[in-house]
Amino acid sequence: MNKVYPGIEDALADIQDGMSVMIGGFGGSGAPIELIHTLIDRYRKTGSPGNLTVINNNAGNGAVGIAAMIYAGMVKKMVCSFPRSSDPKAFTDKYLAGEIELELVPQGTLAERIRAGGAGIPAFYTPTSYGTLVAEGKPVAEFDGRMYVQERWLKADVAIIKAELADTKGNLTYNKAARNFSPLMAMAAKLTIVQARKIVPAGGIDPEHVITPGIFVDRIVEVSDPKQEEVLLREGVQA
Amino acid sequence: MTTKLSNAQIAWRAAQDIPDGAYVNLGIGFPEMVAKFKPEGREVIYHTENGVLDFGEAPPAGEEDWDLINAGKKPVTLNPGASFFHHADSFAMVRGGHLDVAILGAYEVAENGDLANWSTGPGSVPAVGGAMDLVHGAKRVCVITDHVTKKGEPKLVKKCSLPLTGVGCVTTVYTSLAVIDIVNSRFVLREKLPSMSIEELQAVTGAELVIDGPVGDLIVPEV
Repeated sequence: MNKVYPGIEDALADIQDGMSVMIGGFGGSGAPIELIHTLIDRYRKTGSPGNLTVINNNAGNGAVGIAAMIYAGMVKKMVCSFPRSSDPKAFTDKYLAGEIELELVPQGTLAERIRAGGAGIPAFYTPTSYGTLVAEGKPVAEFDGRMYVQERWLKADVAIIKAELADTKGNLTYNKAARNFSPLMAMAAKLTIVQARKIVPAGGIDPEHVITPGIFVDRIVEVSDPKQEEVLLREGVQA
Repeated sequence: MTTKLSNAQIAWRAAQDIPDGAYVNLGIGFPEMVAKFKPEGREVIYHTENGVLDFGEAPPAGEEDWDLINAGKKPVTLNPGASFFHHADSFAMVRGGHLDVAILGAYEVAENGDLANWSTGPGSVPAVGGAMDLVHGAKRVCVITDHVTKKGEPKLVKKCSLPLTGVGCVTTVYTSLAVIDIVNSRFVLREKLPSMSIEELQAVTGAELVIDGPVGDLIVPEV
């Protein structure tokens, strides 16, 4: 078994038009910038992959990462909890012009829907959003005297995530709060592609320290000096 | 004489009620200020939705680690004993009843504890983040807010007119004029500025203020 791909292009080759793509990260922490921008480069050259549904907590900031995907015109729909940021122009303009769809999901519900998708649980009940606009049209039920909203699992064709260490069997660790949605997304996608700061031989991560077990990971590429979205934004990277 | 508390003073007042050893989530923006006024000698462990328990103050400029941020996407530091976890665990802490206190801002609070704090209605980009989760699960859900809007209209109302964040979820409201508990779907007045009569306070409150027990003086130092 060897999940290691030598190049990012090859690792991403199966991402096609119209797919749903979970992208790890909360704001810039954990955003797989090199995977995202390799995908954008392919779209600019070939016109594919477009028409994507992107699942992330946010909807991009400035002109880097998901915001750059939106500027490029690859994104048909965002599924997220908070499509605002310090510079939300990429999403906001397209949304107000009716050129991009939004499925707004409360943050904890988004996390749990993804977890459920990865865990084979088609639906669950949560108190979150009961009695609000977000719950409109969803089944509700009473448990032990309190009302709950039924939410469905969320799965995707592909997940692209950023890890700190990966071993050749796909076991992963993360760096600090960059973990956020990535362990959940790795479970919930048919194909999980990881950029890791360092790839080590199997056995190079103490099994007690593995955060994402390799069963959830399909492809790994090493990006030894990954860019931080926040640093790029501060450097004033333009679309 | 104080005519109303500043935001910092409201945050100070809310901080006095956080017990030693509490696990606390502070909302983005104004509520983050509460951390500054933690009384000496009390240990408070802060939770942030993106997956950190026991984070500390912002690092000095130039020492930011952009993988170590809070829910407001600002850089933070770690206290000894901090931990990281993924988002599903983070919201299990929220909805599972493990947090002692959540402190949020508000556009409106209704006397039955309904909260509106995420949307000002159509025409803007809707964004909810973790607010709808945070209002369910914390043992105390506290709101800190000006008592009235910029136009002088009550923010404490009979029924919210803006889209709700949660139904019947607020426990206590700390305003620029008063401290009010929500008990059995009524606003129960606990403290008010000494310079104000109950009648004057009632006049800027959109639902009945119930007096049930002593009403203390809301006295806050200059901060």
